[in-house]
Amino acid sequence: MTDSTSSVSHLDLDESKKTFLDANELILNMGPQHPATHGVLRVILRLDGEKVLGLECVIGYLHRGVEKIAEHRTYTMFNPYVDRMDYVAAVSNGLGYCEAVEKLLNIEAPPRADYIRVILTELNRLASHQLWLGTHALDIGAMTPLFYTFRDREEILKIFERYCGARLTTHAFRIGGCQYETYEGFEKDVKKFVAFVAPKIDEYEELLTTNRIWVERTKNVGTISAKDCIAYGVTGPVLRASGVKWDIRKAQPYAAYGKFDFEVPTGQNGDTYDRYLVRMAEMRQSLRIIQQAIDGIPEGPIMAKVSKVMKPPVGEIYHSIEAPKGELGYFIVSDGSTQPYRVRVRPPSFVNLQALDLMCRGQLVADVIAVIGTLDIVLGEVDR
Amino acid sequence: MAWESALVARLKGQFGSGVEALTYLGQNYMQVDRSLIPNILQILRDEEQFDYCVDVTAVHYPKRERQFDVLWILYSFAANERVRVKTQIAEGEHIPSAVSIWPTANWLEREAYDMFGIQFDGHPELKRILLPDGWKGHPLRKDYGIIEQDSEWVQINLGIESGQ
Repeated sequence: MTDSTSSVSHLDLDESKKTFLDANELILNMGPQHPATHGVLRVILRLDGEKVLGLECVIGYLHRGVEKIAEHRTYTMFNPYVDRMDYVAAVSNGLGYCEAVEKLLNIEAPPRADYIRVILTELNRLASHQLWLGTHALDIGAMTPLFYTFRDREEILKIFERYCGARLTTHAFRIGGCQYETYEGFEKDVKKFVAFVAPKIDEYEELLTTNRIWVERTKNVGTISAKDCIAYGVTGPVLRASGVKWDIRKAQPYAAYGKFDFEVPTGQNGDTYDRYLVRMAEMRQSLRIIQQAIDGIPEGPIMAKVSKVMKPPVGEIYHSIEAPKGELGYFIVSDGSTQPYRVRVRPPSFVNLQALDLMCRGQLVADVIAVIGTLDIVLGEVDR
Repeated sequence: MAWESALVARLKGQFGSGVEALTYLGQNYMQVDRSLIPNILQILRDEEQFDYCVDVTAVHYPKRERQFDVLWILYSFAANERVRVKTQIAEGEHIPSAVSIWPTANWLEREAYDMFGIQFDGHPELKRILLPDGWKGHPLRKDYGIIEQDSEWVQINLGIESGQ
């Protein structure tokens, strides 16, 4: 880093305002190599004893220039790159990108493809939330949930592997539908998984929901009001835990989401505990959606008619989906050629992370860890 | 295709020909004069309830006289409606910051500055966000090559010839 002192310039360090009663303020550097920052996030904390007065995030360590790469690839070639942003929810990234390009091409995926997309995306949401729960609990000091959630997440990854050959960066969808028909036994596997995991979610809750240590560490920690959430553009479970019932799957349905019956869980206090409850409830709702989708999956083609050389007409599109972390949007500009003129990714993790400063002010150092965990960021997506 | 609605009529009544409202593939956007920023953004939030600023970004068109499109993607919870506001600015021209309207614009404007070199006036701390502070060049401009890098920075800070 050149000139690292400039990074703390917005933190007020004016010595002249101090009286002899004031303790010295301490600037503490956390990360980028830190197990609880979920990747390479550097946080500069301004502390008064144990209390956080303010903080600044330094990001960009994982910047790969995804948006620049997109301008030098065809629409099809860029598809696998999006999986590498939020790599724990790669299926969601792919869904958002494929649907955005489909809109630009003015085509629609066939109903069967939409159902397959919904099933895989919801399985991925579950996997993403399980990973969040395991690591978040581990950060706070509860080790057991990590083993439970990873054990069960493995079953989802097995389904992905059997479907498309990959476990994490799946590249499961194609522009216009899905490349692969479901494998033999897919429906049985998914049904078996739903029956298997439902009681497991109760198990996670048994470990934590009324656990005294968990409650002490999460209640009234990192509180953010609905008004602040909206002002800071925070979306996803964080927004819902503050009491705003807003989910793009309901507000502006995409894929086949309009056809299913599910609830949008919300919290009231906007603290870390409520965000935990909201995500737990979301896992159960995901299971409901998967169950309905697998019961009602129609027969038919899985690919729309798409020419091999894709040349969307000149124009722009913004399409967003409800990723596990919040609103994931793609803004694509086409100049009529085979390569996108500009692809802008609106990453939920990046925008949500901006609220970290606000959420940590007045909290203790140990709570910063809890708040980073509860925001559920993935640095691959923050830095792109 | 032209976009007509009560919202557009109100804005046109106020700003006249400075606002051009269009719709493409069912999505509404406005092409507005540079001089109307930030007034129009303020009105969209205060009076039209576009209380959520989804994204602030830019697009570079090097062949055009005014090279940059700066755009704001807005959403209204009350109306469940999205709108994009676009304006064009020339190389070196500044644009007022929207941080006082939507705090979320802070990082988004920093990213637009980092990637395109667009100056936002009134931003509390406009500096690079994804690239290191001392980096030269703005990578998402069209004249910046895909394997181009600030080799001087790489040499000094990483001690190697190439960051590739």
